[in-house]
Amino acid sequence: MMSESLYTLNLRECGGKLELVGGKCQSLGDLIAAGLPVPPGFAITAHAFKAHLSHGDTVQDVKACLDGLDHRDTSRLDAVSAEVRHKLETLAMPAEVEQAIRDAYEQLCASVGVPDLPVAVRSSATAEDLPGASFAGQQDTYLWVIGADAVVDKARQCWGSQYTARAIAYRCEQGFPHDDVAMAVAVQKMVNSKVSGVAMTLNPANGDRSKIVIDASYGLGETVVSGEVTPDNILMDKILLTTVKQTIGHKHVELVPDVTAGKAVIREVSPERQAQSALSPAELEAVARIAKQAEKHFRCPQDIEWAIDHDLPDGENLLLLQSRPETVWSQKPKASTITNSQTGMAGILGTLLRPMQVKTEAGQDTGKTGKDGGTQ
Amino acid sequence: MTHRTGSASSPRFPSPYDIKAPEGAEGWRELYPYFLLFQDNRKAIDEDKFWFCDSSHWPQVFKPFDATLMEYAVQTLGQFNTRHYVIPPANGIEFRIHNGYCYMSPVAVAADKIADRVPHFMERAGHYFENWDSLIANWDTKVRGVIAELEALNFEPLPDLVPLGDVTGGLGLAPTHGLIATYEKAISLAFRQWQYHFEFLNLGYAAYLDFFGFCKEAFPDIPDQAIAKMVQGVDFDLFRPDDELKGLAKLTVQLGIEDELRGEAKDVFERLGQSAGGRTWLAAWDKAKDPWFNYSAGNGFYSTDKVWIEYPDVPLSFIRDYVAMLKTGKNIDRDVKEVVAERDRITGEYAELLDDDTRAQFGAKLGLARTVYPYVENHNFYIEHWSMSVFWRKMRELSRLFVQAGFWEDVQDMFYLRRDEIEVAIADLSNGWAIGVDPTGPYYWPDEITRRKGIVEALSSARPEPALNRPPEAITEPFTIMLWGITSERLEKWLGGVQGSDITGMAASPGLVEGRARVILNANDLSQLEDGEILVTQVTSPSWAPVFARLKATVTDIGGMISHAAIVCREYGLPAVTGTGNATAVIRTGQMLRVDGHTGKVSILPGENSAAD
Repeated sequence: MMSESLYTLNLRECGGKLELVGGKCQSLGDLIAAGLPVPPGFAITAHAFKAHLSHGDTVQDVKACLDGLDHRDTSRLDAVSAEVRHKLETLAMPAEVEQAIRDAYEQLCASVGVPDLPVAVRSSATAEDLPGASFAGQQDTYLWVIGADAVVDKARQCWGSQYTARAIAYRCEQGFPHDDVAMAVAVQKMVNSKVSGVAMTLNPANGDRSKIVIDASYGLGETVVSGEVTPDNILMDKILLTTVKQTIGHKHVELVPDVTAGKAVIREVSPERQAQSALSPAELEAVARIAKQAEKHFRCPQDIEWAIDHDLPDGENLLLLQSRPETVWSQKPKASTITNSQTGMAGILGTLLRPMQVKTEAGQDTGKTGKDGGTQ
Repeated sequence: MTHRTGSASSPRFPSPYDIKAPEGAEGWRELYPYFLLFQDNRKAIDEDKFWFCDSSHWPQVFKPFDATLMEYAVQTLGQFNTRHYVIPPANGIEFRIHNGYCYMSPVAVAADKIADRVPHFMERAGHYFENWDSLIANWDTKVRGVIAELEALNFEPLPDLVPLGDVTGGLGLAPTHGLIATYEKAISLAFRQWQYHFEFLNLGYAAYLDFFGFCKEAFPDIPDQAIAKMVQGVDFDLFRPDDELKGLAKLTVQLGIEDELRGEAKDVFERLGQSAGGRTWLAAWDKAKDPWFNYSAGNGFYSTDKVWIEYPDVPLSFIRDYVAMLKTGKNIDRDVKEVVAERDRITGEYAELLDDDTRAQFGAKLGLARTVYPYVENHNFYIEHWSMSVFWRKMRELSRLFVQAGFWEDVQDMFYLRRDEIEVAIADLSNGWAIGVDPTGPYYWPDEITRRKGIVEALSSARPEPALNRPPEAITEPFTIMLWGITSERLEKWLGGVQGSDITGMAASPGLVEGRARVILNANDLSQLEDGEILVTQVTSPSWAPVFARLKATVTDIGGMISHAAIVCREYGLPAVTGTGNATAVIRTGQMLRVDGHTGKVSILPGENSAAD
């Protein structure tokens, strides 16, 4: 458990607290509350930003810079933006704020069991003052942030991002005051994917909503999303959470993080691993379960990104990275696929008169349906 | 299934006319009636048909008498399709015995005759569906009546003299007359019971299929087990025998008489009779055993199947297993509430995915399927187990008379006679008795039975061909697919032969496990099973349920989606793959297996113990 202070809050506690932790952290908190496992982390609250701004003469300095600014004068706007951001990013934090962030980071490292845990630091806007400030949308994002010093540094940079030229112009246009902004920051464990992929809560080949399709490959998810590898393709029954069809993909390469370089590197996958299913049956079921859970939470078919993390213990290592509404089939009117809709004797007669086409479930040609549809 | 067979160049199974009988089986055709054999002058007709081996019901070579029940069962199955309900596209199933095994060929109705049958079907079958409950109540009365009549049959030794009363009463008949009449009555009652067996069964399967087909359209690729789970009930007579064993196990622990249950049944019963607690237990046993222990260790079709009530060592060993589980704190009860809750969850979640109209159709079809399903499960206890147990017991009573008269040595020997030959043997016995001389049987049958035993043994040494002749282009006949698990794909696999260690079948009951294989080819060898093993067998019987608690999984050669093996495994939460076609041929006892009840795949794992026992 991470300690909660005025200035930081475990993501688990962030549900429903928009003003305190911002939209990003709030939605992460909501997902955790709904049983959806997002990467662990904490929020740096709006109080921390306020404290930073109230520190010394900062507020007055910022106000002075912005007063009377004509936001249509782009060169002037850029210059003012750079000046304000430089002020905020170089200003020392109030000691109690900095300490709170350091404590929260140390506790995150301890809970995962990795010292100097690489994290992602992202801004989390507290008001609907910027378009696209949603779970999927991003403002500033810093990946591979390692160590408490760096986290403190990047948090300040996130705060500074409230004063980008675009943000200032937007507030001017909307008539929002510049000194009333608040900003929270999300700090989350960088996902160290052993296996990752996507899942969709319907069968994209035919729109069947009783299925979940999973694509899975080794390493980070970019290879799956970009289509660089042919992932394993698995069709699962959404109600029983059992495998209906499975096609093993080639998965010839994997993208793995190089922590020292702070980037991902591509690596060959051995033929043995290529031939295996990237996910165990239990992991498949777990992925299907969170996809189903996400659909229930968002109340419409979802397209999710997920990963199995190296650093986290079994049972806690499946992470939901992203969930967005499925758009193709969800917007089509449902057409009934039933040819024998009569009931009672008429239905039975219809059944008897129709030749039956049944395939055994473990047939050789599994996966055709799922593969054509893809999940990207 | 249609009789349009595949093109001339497509692969085919061997013709029965080309398959040689195993060495030592010469003369096997004399063991069975002529109409059950492929006859030379029908070669053109019968080679034009496709036949599959029904090893799900008859995995072992028929002894001559045992073929009787197969004949009655398959005849009455056909009779209800063809003559009672006039099922529009399907007549009965033709059947043959070849090299001792049973082969079947479904008979389709010609396309231009189907429409004429529809009104008859709607009227006749419609009446049954409309009056299902009252007709089932009527069925219950009829079936119990037949069982009572069977129980009342009495085969008594012929007396030295006709009873004085019969003489003075002017009866004018000898007890020989009663003997042949009683035999004929027993045979006739068995025939009647098989008629009742199929009175509802095909209709039940049709309603199930209607819901099944609907689900496959509404939810493409829906697992078969999901459909089964939605339809399946929980409280069935078929599970009563096992529940009774569990009750007796609990009583054992409650009375603290675990130690007194050790050893052979006859000693156990004697020991129990000597204490108050033991007598309480015996009273409970007596209450349970009739009818519930009229339960066959096999499927009821074979004279060799051991019935619990006659072999109390079988249920007693199951009770001891349950007692041991209770002692380790295990819960032995089926969690009926959980099964119901899961069924409702599954049904609810699928229904939720449908629009209002389709959901109403789903509800109506499911409702009908659930109405008919209890019969599909329960009939098995009443006919195959209870009725046939009594029937076989009565036949053994008859055989005992022959043993006393020196016709043969062992009570089981009579089943090496065909049913018509038993009538002849009764005539022989009656003759000798009437004339006052020895019958001829004792000079004829011992050698003949020895010869026939040799033939049956020789036939048993070979495995049956899975099918005969050229398969049709596609198998679309629903009963063939549902009940026997015969699909076009399966046939292709059979034709392709056994490849490596690839074993696939129907995903009958979910779960993924690894464990040691135990191949059991005969119900009487069940006691070899050890805890945590994977049972590999041709087909399971519902009466094996008590050992399921000790198993990790079951793999069978044959069995469709709603075969008894699949039903019982789902009920007991045991992962199962059915209808592999080759599991008992490929797998050896002792090998490590991975059984995936989700996908229907069975893998032999490379391991230390891959040698055969």
